[in-house]
Amino acid sequence: MLEGTRLTAADRHDCHVGIHDLCKSYGNVLAVKNVTIEVNPGEFLALLGPSGSGKTTLLMAVAGFDFPDSGRIEIGGQDVTWMPPHKRDLGMVFQRYTLFPHMSVLDNIAFPLRMRKVGRAAREERARAALATVRLDGYGDRAPAQLSGGQQQRVALARAIVYNPKVLLMDEPLSALDKKLREEMQVEIKHLQRELGVSVIFVTHDQTEALTMADRIAVLNFGELQQVGAPKALYERPASAFVAGFIGETNFWRARVKADAAAGEEMEVELEGGDTARVLAAHALRRDQAAQIAIRPEHIRLEANADGVTGGGMTATADDAIYAGSVTTLLVRTRGPTLRVRLATPGEAAEATPGGVLSLAWEARHARAYAAP
Amino acid sequence: MSARPASFRLGGRSYSPAASLLLALPFLAMIVLAFLLPLAMLLHESLFVPSFSLANYEKVFDQAVYLRVMGRTLRISAFVTVITLLLAYPLAALMARTRGLLLAILLLAVLLPLWTSVLVRTYAWLVLLQRNGVLNDILSGLHIIATPTQFLRTEGAVVLAMSHVLLPFMVLPLYAALRSIPDDYVRAAQMLGAGSFSVFRHVVLPLSLPGISSGCLMVFLLAIGFFVTPALIGGPQQMMLATLVQQQVTEMLDWPFAGALVGVLLLVVLALVLAFNRVVRLDRFVGQV
Repeated sequence: MLEGTRLTAADRHDCHVGIHDLCKSYGNVLAVKNVTIEVNPGEFLALLGPSGSGKTTLLMAVAGFDFPDSGRIEIGGQDVTWMPPHKRDLGMVFQRYTLFPHMSVLDNIAFPLRMRKVGRAAREERARAALATVRLDGYGDRAPAQLSGGQQQRVALARAIVYNPKVLLMDEPLSALDKKLREEMQVEIKHLQRELGVSVIFVTHDQTEALTMADRIAVLNFGELQQVGAPKALYERPASAFVAGFIGETNFWRARVKADAAAGEEMEVELEGGDTARVLAAHALRRDQAAQIAIRPEHIRLEANADGVTGGGMTATADDAIYAGSVTTLLVRTRGPTLRVRLATPGEAAEATPGGVLSLAWEARHARAYAAP
Repeated sequence: MSARPASFRLGGRSYSPAASLLLALPFLAMIVLAFLLPLAMLLHESLFVPSFSLANYEKVFDQAVYLRVMGRTLRISAFVTVITLLLAYPLAALMARTRGLLLAILLLAVLLPLWTSVLVRTYAWLVLLQRNGVLNDILSGLHIIATPTQFLRTEGAVVLAMSHVLLPFMVLPLYAALRSIPDDYVRAAQMLGAGSFSVFRHVVLPLSLPGISSGCLMVFLLAIGFFVTPALIGGPQQMMLATLVQQQVTEMLDWPFAGALVGVLLLVVLALVLAFNRVVRLDRFVGQV
């Protein structure tokens, strides 16, 4: 696509970002607590968390708009903790549209090249190439205000990549767009990132966005790093109840641990409501400890109509069925909480008429036990 | 936008054209009766009394003294505009970045003079600048000058005092313009490799142009018609146009000639405003952030 923008192996080394033991507080609120994250060259890392989780604070520190109380930030092996933003050679796309309103689209894209003293002709050529990369050829002479929101963010993206920055930072760049456009842009940004081989740090509060785009996701909550891992690992083996609840859909069921268990061991618990179930200890748990069992809606099996209870299943009553085309979500009332059960096949859903008595079961490895907070 | 483009929305209510006109009527009546009508009468008198002639206008250009007053008025107004711009821009930039108590103090410091009578502030300058005034006392106390210097009745003194009096009219539009520039633009520019000066030169300055142009226009136009300060500080030696017009009307009772002076000034100002607008390109910012 872009002539000469493909990074060489040597450049790729520069794309490494290291965040080491970062702490930042505002007043007496700790916004970021001892966070350490490595971003590998060419990697797409999502910083995911609810508002106030510290993800933006972290990004601002990497960008250089804010300085940490302690800790270190390295880019390409160089300590940049105290370096002003304009010397860091990073690209950034912001949440709000930040195209300069007094410049044409092309001048906006050429701006970083102008700051780098690139000659006028080369500047224009590279800006046009970047504009073509985001599929907006021919829009160069327009004013930013004449473009739609999606087009403006694509121009912002072109402006952020035209000077081949070491790392691309994105601060919820798609949050102002509508759903359909957002999904298109997710794919587009992902493709572009692979094409250019640039490292990306992408801040989002939208877990679907993080799952779709990221090679790895760092989940933050209240300034603390909860877990870093590939989307699949995070979804299948969440390290904490927070991650289990934040990524994908999860049912929680309070329980009491029946016997000591090490991390990764299967064990028995007494569920709230009196049922007994086999679950997997996500971390070491002691006998009689209060726990939370996290089970995904698609991992709960319905065992026929169970007047006579089948194989250790828990009895439940179907309350309601929510039809959503390819899947149906059944709300079932247990002796504990009301659970959401995902049914993929129309046959299954047909059996589960509201008011019917059911028997629930799951595989122990799918029900993860966490110490209750 | 409403389906009926001819109606105006205000506070969630929609007014018909007739109602809109009614609401604007007191203001329009005031403008017409107290401004446009007397101006038209004055201009009419300068051209058509007793019959059509350009004699009054020829007089303006024939006599060096009137041209000098005209030239001085424009020169002083231009100086005052430039000086207030240079003084106000850093202050407005500081205010735009400030919040809370400090901002309140700065705003008060700008507004307090505005709430004080021009007359009072001009007399304050008289006290400061007169022969046995504060400035002369300080300078002779420091042995910088041996004998008291004449500050009053100089063009410099008029420019100084007028700059002080008109400063708030420059600060406020600049502050409004600078305040409305989102931080994100500055951050984006920094991220793209712009240092402090480049951010100012390429982003902040162009985006504050509407404020610069409205501040400059306001100060320049106020300065051209300024009466009290030049009359008291400058005296007859530094006479500006407003004083000249007043003299022609009240002392010479020469209404037609006063009308001609006003007419010439009006044309000069209109030409300057048009030229200024062309340079600053105000229209470019309409409809943008």
